[in-house]
Formats: sequence, C-alpha cells, structure tokens
Amino acid sequence: MILHPGVLGLLIGGAVVVALMVVGSLVGLQILRAWDPSSSSENQLALERRTYLVSALVGVALWIEIGSALLFVHTAEDLHELFVGAMCATGSLNANPVGWWVLATKGAMVLLFPVWLALNGLDQRAGDYPVVRLKYGLLVVLTPIALADLVLQIQYFRGIRPDIITSCCGSLFSESGDHLTSDLASVPAAGALPLFGLASAIFLAALAWARFGRRPVSMGVVAVLAPVILGIGIASIISFVSVAYYELPTHHCPFDLFQGSSRYVGYPLLISLVTAVVSAALPGILHPLARRSDLDGLVAKSEKKWLTVSVAAYSVFLVFAVWPLVFGNLALELM
Amino acid sequence: MRRHFRILDFALASLRRRRLKNWAIVAVYAFTVTIVSSVLLLTNAIRQEAALLLVGAPELTVQRVVGGRHAPIAVEVTETIATLPGVVEAQPRYWGYTYDAVTDSTITVIGAGPGSAELEMVEGRLPEHSTECAVGAGVAAMWGAEVGGEVILIDASTTGVLYEVVGTFAAPSDILTNDLVVMTGDEAALFLGLPEGWATDLAVRIANPAEVDTIATKIKRAFPDSRPITRSEVLRTYDAVFHWRSGMMLAMLSGGLIAFAILAWDKATGLSAEERKEIGILKAVGWDTGDVLELKMWEGVVISVTSLLLGLIAALIHVFLLGAPLLTPVLRGWSVLFPELHPVPHIDPYLLVSIAFLTVVPYVAATVAPSWKAAITDPDSVVRG
Repeated sequence: MILHPGVLGLLIGGAVVVALMVVGSLVGLQILRAWDPSSSSENQLALERRTYLVSALVGVALWIEIGSALLFVHTAEDLHELFVGAMCATGSLNANPVGWWVLATKGAMVLLFPVWLALNGLDQRAGDYPVVRLKYGLLVVLTPIALADLVLQIQYFRGIRPDIITSCCGSLFSESGDHLTSDLASVPAAGALPLFGLASAIFLAALAWARFGRRPVSMGVVAVLAPVILGIGIASIISFVSVAYYELPTHHCPFDLFQGSSRYVGYPLLISLVTAVVSAALPGILHPLARRSDLDGLVAKSEKKWLTVSVAAYSVFLVFAVWPLVFGNLALELM
Repeated sequence: MRRHFRILDFALASLRRRRLKNWAIVAVYAFTVTIVSSVLLLTNAIRQEAALLLVGAPELTVQRVVGGRHAPIAVEVTETIATLPGVVEAQPRYWGYTYDAVTDSTITVIGAGPGSAELEMVEGRLPEHSTECAVGAGVAAMWGAEVGGEVILIDASTTGVLYEVVGTFAAPSDILTNDLVVMTGDEAALFLGLPEGWATDLAVRIANPAEVDTIATKIKRAFPDSRPITRSEVLRTYDAVFHWRSGMMLAMLSGGLIAFAILAWDKATGLSAEERKEIGILKAVGWDTGDVLELKMWEGVVISVTSLLLGLIAALIHVFLLGAPLLTPVLRGWSVLFPELHPVPHIDPYLLVSIAFLTVVPYVAATVAPSWKAAITDPDSVVRG
C-alpha cells in the first residue's frame, strides 16, 4: 500500500521531519556541550549563530509535522474505500492496528511541538539565549518521537492490504461494545451535554481569570484544566456532537466528521480544540521562567497572547460543537 | 505584524532584483509540480470515470469458471437465483469481443436487455430485430457509420454479417460506450457463438446493498463453479489499481524530485557576491540573523506559491483541456479504439495537500541550511570585500 500518492507524501514528509530533527538535535548537542554564555570567544559566537540553524530546522519540521498529522487523518479516510467492511478512517486504522499508534505519536508531536516553539520564541527574543539548555533538552525527547512516528508509519502502510476484512466504526463506537470508545458512545446526551457545558464555562472563566488576574496560581489551574478539557471535548464529540451532525442517534464515530458528507467539520473541531488546549497549557508550563529577570517581561507578554488565542480557539470550538444542536434537525432527548 | 509585511515587501523587491535566477528556479519548480499534479489529477479523473461507469452496473455479476477461466453460464441458473430472498431480478447478459481486421481494432458486442448498461441515445433507437444494431461514438466515427447505414461484422464462425445501424448512443462515461456495438440479446448470443441456453454472465439486481455479500455467498454455495463479483469489489479494485499506477509513476519520478531538491540546495547555496554584500549591509544597518532568516523564508514562500500555482495551472490545462497526452498511455493502457478522455475538471483539496507534500516539502527542507548559511554572513568581512 506504499504506492498511494497520499502515503508517498506522508513518507516523504516523515523522512524530511526526521532528517531535520536529527540534524537539529546533533547541532543542539554540540551547542549544549560547549555552551558558555559568559564567554565572548569566537567559539561561543559560532555556537550562538548555530542556534538559529537549529531553530530554523525544527521550526520547519514542526509545520511539516502539523500538516502531516492532518494529511494522515485524511489519507486513512481516503484509504477506507479499499477495505471490505470499512466506512471511514476507523476501518483503515483497524486494518492494521499499528495505525492507532501512528495517530498517538502524531498527537504527541502536535501537543509537544508548540511548547518547543514557544520556548524558542522566548529564547530568541530575550537576546542572551537564557533557555538554551532547556530547549535542546526537549529536542532530545522530540527527535525519538519523530523517528518512532516514521517507523510506525512505514510499518502501518506496509501492513495494510486490500484483502483484509476490517471492522469499522459501527462496532468500535457502538453503545454495546466493551471498548473505552463504546463507553464514551453510550454516555447519554442528557448527562454529557450538561457536563460539557459546565466544563466549558469553568474553563472559559479560568482563562479569563488567568488573562486578567495574571496570578501564577490561575495559570496553574488553567494548565491543569487543559488536558481535562481535551478529554471532555473528545468525549463530547463521540457522545453527542457527532450524533447531532449525522442526525443519526446511534452513530457516534468521530472520524466520519472528517468526510465530505459531513462537510469536513472534523477539521475545524479538532484544530480549534487542540489550539485552545495547547495555548491554555503554555502559560502554566512556562510561567516558572518569568522568575528570571531577563525573561519576566517577555513571558508576561507571551502569556497574555497565548491566553487570548486559547479563548478565541475555544470559542470557535464551542460554535462548531453547539451549531448542530441548535440548528440541526435532530432533537436530542435531554430530560 | 507590520514588521513581517515589511520583510515580505523587501523579499519581493530582492527577488525582482535577481529576476533571471529566480525565474529559472520557478520554471524547474513549476515543471516538477506540473508532472506530479498531472499524474494525480489524471488518476483521480480516471477513478471518477470508473465510478461513474459502475453507477448503472448490477450489484452482482455471476460468472462461471472452468479450469480457472471465465466460461459461459447456463441461463436456467437465473431461475434459481431469482428465488433467493432479496434478489430483485437476475438476467443473462450476452457480450464478447470481435476483431475488425479493416480498422485493426477490437470491438465489444453486447446484447440489449435489462442487464446491459444504461445507454443514452444520441440518435435513433436500440435494435429490435436481429438485423439491426446500434453503435457507440468511437465505432461510428471510425466506420463513418450513420443511422440508416450498414456495417459488416465478423461473427464467431468468421462470416461477415450485415447489420443496419438504427441508432448511435452516448453514455455518462466514454470508456463504456466508445467501442461498443449493441444487438438484440438473441442475435448477440448467435453472433458470439454462444450455445443456446447459455449466456456470458448473469446480472443480478439486489435491492438492499447490505445483503449483496450474503446473496453472493448463497449463490456460490448453490453453484460451486460460479464466481459472483460484487460492484463494490470492482470499484475497490479500480481504486487500488489506479492508486498503485499513480504511486508507481510518482516512485519513478522520485529521481526527478531528488534532482530538483539538489538543484534547490545548489541555487540557495551559491550566493552571488552581490547578494552577500546585500546581506552584509542589511546586518550592518541593524538587521539580526533572525530577520535575514525570515527574509530568506519569505523568498522561499513566494517562490513556492508562484511555482505551485503555475504548475497547477499547467497541469489543469494538460489534463482537462488537452486530455493528458503525455500520461494516458502509461496510466490507462492502450488500444486502437480508446475513447478520448474528457474528464470533468475537479480539484480535491486532498490532492493539493498531497502535491504540496511531494514538491514543497523537499524544496523547503533543501533550502533551510543554505538560508541559515546566508543569514549568518558577517557584515564586517563582506563590506570590506
């Protein structure tokens, strides 16, 4: 199955990301080994110049990886036509379960990369490279994930054959199965919708508190809430948002939202939720850096920006999640 | 934000200053995009054509297999199949090929009937008597046959048979009807030399698509020498084959892609003395390495977007206006009477992303390090010469 245009694109993208990350990490390690900010030697100057190379390499790798994550979802979606029993990306991923691991590594990259980018932005704007060690330390964690992602992708695409009979979303996201997904699908809208509303209200209130109050504890609260909101957001999509879009009470598959028949609404839902969660988590994660005198002002400015982005992105997510409930033809039983 | 726009503005001016070099890169880049996009657009168009072709096809086709080869099937089998729950109707189909030595082409002969494809008459009607036939657009053009005229076809016993042309037809898909001659069912059976009571295969209509596989299993159980083929199986096979063909083409083009990436690397590395001086002066007046890197990035974006758009436009003209003369023999196969392909222009966002991944990603990756190399130019050494 390697000879599919989307698959070739993904593999070229994956290989380029790994190449950029490996070169970036090697240069990063070289910098770490001889880094001495107090020195004004020629060697230190050369190292400082090399930090720009690492930033450029990893920055490009990040954007390719984000595009690659979306391309992977769509390619899995496109491939389903080749399998007996598959109706969407779930079927393609079930055709070789390694696919779920690819999805996991891509998810990890998309969630971790922005942290690196934020660190890099602070570092470059500060002028005296205050977080070089932290930045390149994180790079050493990210590179193996990029490598694992490429290896798993190759394994996945090599392992899927059109003669495999696969099971699709009907069984994975059914209300009667014994998977976690089935548990999520069987959560009644009457319970899930109020929980989603309450969680969203708390999250937005916490974001506003952090944005205007600017206390360290508020940033911490938002950072803790962020993964919870990610979980509740995904559970809500499976439990009632998907149902409302399909106007079919028994169909809970989130992957069908990425199909043309659902007007590709899965993409804005996913992108806005991930953007909201990541930019909400950033202030809490990077706030400790504000204690450094050279970063204080920069961190404060960036935190404001991230929190504003988070509020905007979560509002977009809410609009897309609530739209079919308000304007759709399916009336969910809430009482 | 204004700062970024100003750097973009500077990048555009800088690209204009080195017009010749940049147009050379854009030309090669756009050519690469054209080739990759043509392959993907054409394959997509053929897949859609195939899907269109199968819209009117029966849900299930039943063939008989003898010694692993397709053999005629007894018409009486339809009676048993028609009694299966879920089957709307089962009809025999008579079709086959005949070779026309005069035009050196192979023609498909098919019996008119409920099992044959949906045909839209351009002129005249379908045949009703054994001496009549209707012809497809390609056959009509090749023989110069018109309604009311006559054609001679060579039957199974190599005897020439005279038919009156009573109609010409078109169908949603050229692939289906171009080389087609339609006769009455009985005449087609006789012409193709099928024994009485035997058909080429059977067309089975099934109301509920969810029951197709079960009915196919039941038919296989009742007639072990039969081979039921579902419509979705045929569609899946088409998809797999054309994906594979386009993937194969792209794999063959990978050498070109690598050459293109090397060219991009080379062009980005080979800074002229003038460019080095320019960067040196920029840094001397206060630009830092990050600003110069951003300038280089914007230059890359402008070159990529221009080449992508030019390449895509060229590919759209090549595939949808000219009928992809450079690629059709490889991707579609060949025959004397192959229909001209006039695919409906359709751009899938997924294709655009795939094209970008196959062309822009290698270009960007190849230019990162040279851009950095240019950005760290030391102003002192450059300005002093």
